[in-house]
Amino acid sequence: MTLNVDQVRKDFPILDRETANGKRVIYLDSTATSQKPVQVIEAMNDYYRRSNANIHRGVHTLAEEATTMYEGARERIAKFINASSAREIIYTRNTTESINLVAYSWARANLKAGDLVVLTEMEHHSNLVPWHMLQAERGIELDFIPVTEEGLLDLEAYKTLLNRTPKLVSFTHMSNVLGTINPAAEIIKLAHTVGAVVLVDGAQSVPHLAVDVQALDADFYAFSAHKMCGPTGIGILYGKSAFLEAMPPFLGGGDMIKEVKLRSFRPNTLPHKFEAGTPAIAEAVGFGAAVDYLTQVGMKDIAAHEHEITEYALDRLEEIPGVKLFGPSADKKGGVAAFTLEGVHPHDVAQILDQDGIAVRAGHHCAQPLHEKFGIPATSRASFYLYSTKEEVDMLVKGLYKVKEMFG
Amino acid sequence: MDDLYREVIIEHYKNPSYRGKLDPHDISFADNNPLCGDHIQIDLRVDANGVVSEARFDGHGCAISQASADLLMETIIGKPLDEVKKLNKQDILEMLGIDLGPVRLKCALLSLKVLKAGVYGLGEAGDDLVE
Repeated sequence: MTLNVDQVRKDFPILDRETANGKRVIYLDSTATSQKPVQVIEAMNDYYRRSNANIHRGVHTLAEEATTMYEGARERIAKFINASSAREIIYTRNTTESINLVAYSWARANLKAGDLVVLTEMEHHSNLVPWHMLQAERGIELDFIPVTEEGLLDLEAYKTLLNRTPKLVSFTHMSNVLGTINPAAEIIKLAHTVGAVVLVDGAQSVPHLAVDVQALDADFYAFSAHKMCGPTGIGILYGKSAFLEAMPPFLGGGDMIKEVKLRSFRPNTLPHKFEAGTPAIAEAVGFGAAVDYLTQVGMKDIAAHEHEITEYALDRLEEIPGVKLFGPSADKKGGVAAFTLEGVHPHDVAQILDQDGIAVRAGHHCAQPLHEKFGIPATSRASFYLYSTKEEVDMLVKGLYKVKEMFG
Repeated sequence: MDDLYREVIIEHYKNPSYRGKLDPHDISFADNNPLCGDHIQIDLRVDANGVVSEARFDGHGCAISQASADLLMETIIGKPLDEVKKLNKQDILEMLGIDLGPVRLKCALLSLKVLKAGVYGLGEAGDDLVE
C-alpha cells in the first residue's frame, strides 16, 4: 500500500496555516525539524491535562500513570529501532547530547593521548565539536573519511584509515546536507574487524528509514524526536547494554542513583543511570506517540514516498539554469536537495522564497567543513518528509525562477 | 518585503563601488557571521587628522550584507574616526532604507561590527559594538 499524502497532510494542522502575506505555508525544512501531527500534539496535551506528575518514586495514581506513560514510550521507541531491550534506550535532550554522553562517559573512560577517532568530512558540527574538545583535553587524534565529488564516503580511504587501528569510528548514517545515505552496516562491520567501537549519528536516518540497530550491529546510535514528528527537547542514545553497563555515569543527581550517602553514591541500573534529574516527561509521551504514528503510516511507505518526491525535485531543480545541486543521485540519498543558484546568495534565495510562503533553509547547515570542501560558504536546502508533495516542489521551482528574475 | 530587495540594494550588491583591498592601509579587520559564514574584511586609510581617506571592503555574503558594506564605505570616507565610532544599528537601517527581522539584521550589521572592531583595535567583532 502506498502512502496517501492527502490523508497524511490532514494530520498536520500547521500545513494549513498561511504566512503573513496570505500564502499557504510550503514547508520544505523538515531536515531542520519536522512538523508535528495532531496525534502527537494531543498525546502531550492529554498528558498535561490528565496525568501530569513526577515519575518513579511517587505511589499516587498520577505518578504511576506518568511513570507508565514515560516508560511505555521507551518500550515503543526500543521496538521502533529494534533494540534488544528498553534498558538500552537512554533519554537525552537530543542527538547532540547523546553524542556528548558518549564523548564524556565512554570516551573519557576509554581513550588516551594518541588514540585515533575516525570521523567523516560530512559530519554535522554535533559529531565534530565534542571530539575537538576531547582532542584538546586528552590529545586524542582525529582523522576523517573523505567525501568524494559525488558526495559519497570514500570507502577505500576508510579501509586505509582502519590500518591505523582507531578506537572509535563515529559517522552520520545520513548527511543533513548532501542527503547521502551511508552504507552503515558495511562501515560498522569494517570497524569491528579492527576492534573499533562505533557510534552512529542517526538524526536524519531514523526519521526517514526503517533502522534496525541490531542488524546494523551499531554499538551506539543517537537520534532526536523532533526530526521524526515528535517534540523538541528529547532524544535517544541507544547503546549495547554491555557498553552502557561498563560506562561511568555522565550527569549526577536524582534518579540516576541507587543509594546516596553524604560522601558517596552508587549509580542506578540502566537506563536510569544516565538520566539525572526530572526528565522531559511530556516530551517522552509525545515521542512515543510519534513512533506510533510513523509505525502506523509505515516507514517503508514513508521512505518510498520521500524517494519519489526527491527524485522529482532533483529532476526539476536540475532543469533550472544556474542551479547547482550537491550530493548524489536520488537512489543514494534521502529527501534533501542542497543547491546554489548562480549569482545569488542562499540567504537571498531563502528570503525571496519566503515571500511565497516557501520555507527552505540557507547557510552551512551546521556542516561548515563540508561546505569548505566543496568551496562554497553556504547552500540553500529544500528537504522533504511524509507530508511533502510534488505541487510543493513545483512552487519551489517557480519561486526560484522569480529569484533569478529579481537578480537577473 | 519587495522593499527588502530595493533596486539600490541589488545595485550595490551587483556593482559595488568600494569592493577591494587597500595596500598599504592603516586599519584592517575581518570577521564572520557565525550564523551563515558570511565574511567581511574592511581596510581603511586614515590621514594625519584622523579622517578616513580611503575605505574598501572584501568578502562574501548575501545581498543585504554586501550592499550594506558598500553603503557603509561610501558613508565613512571623509569622516573623522570619532564620528565613525558613533555609527550604530539605526544608521545602517537608515542607510539601507529597510526594516529587517532579527536574522537578517545580523547580515546588515556585520560590516559595521567589523569596521568598529577594527577602529577600536579589538580582537573580535561583537554584537555590543552596534547596539
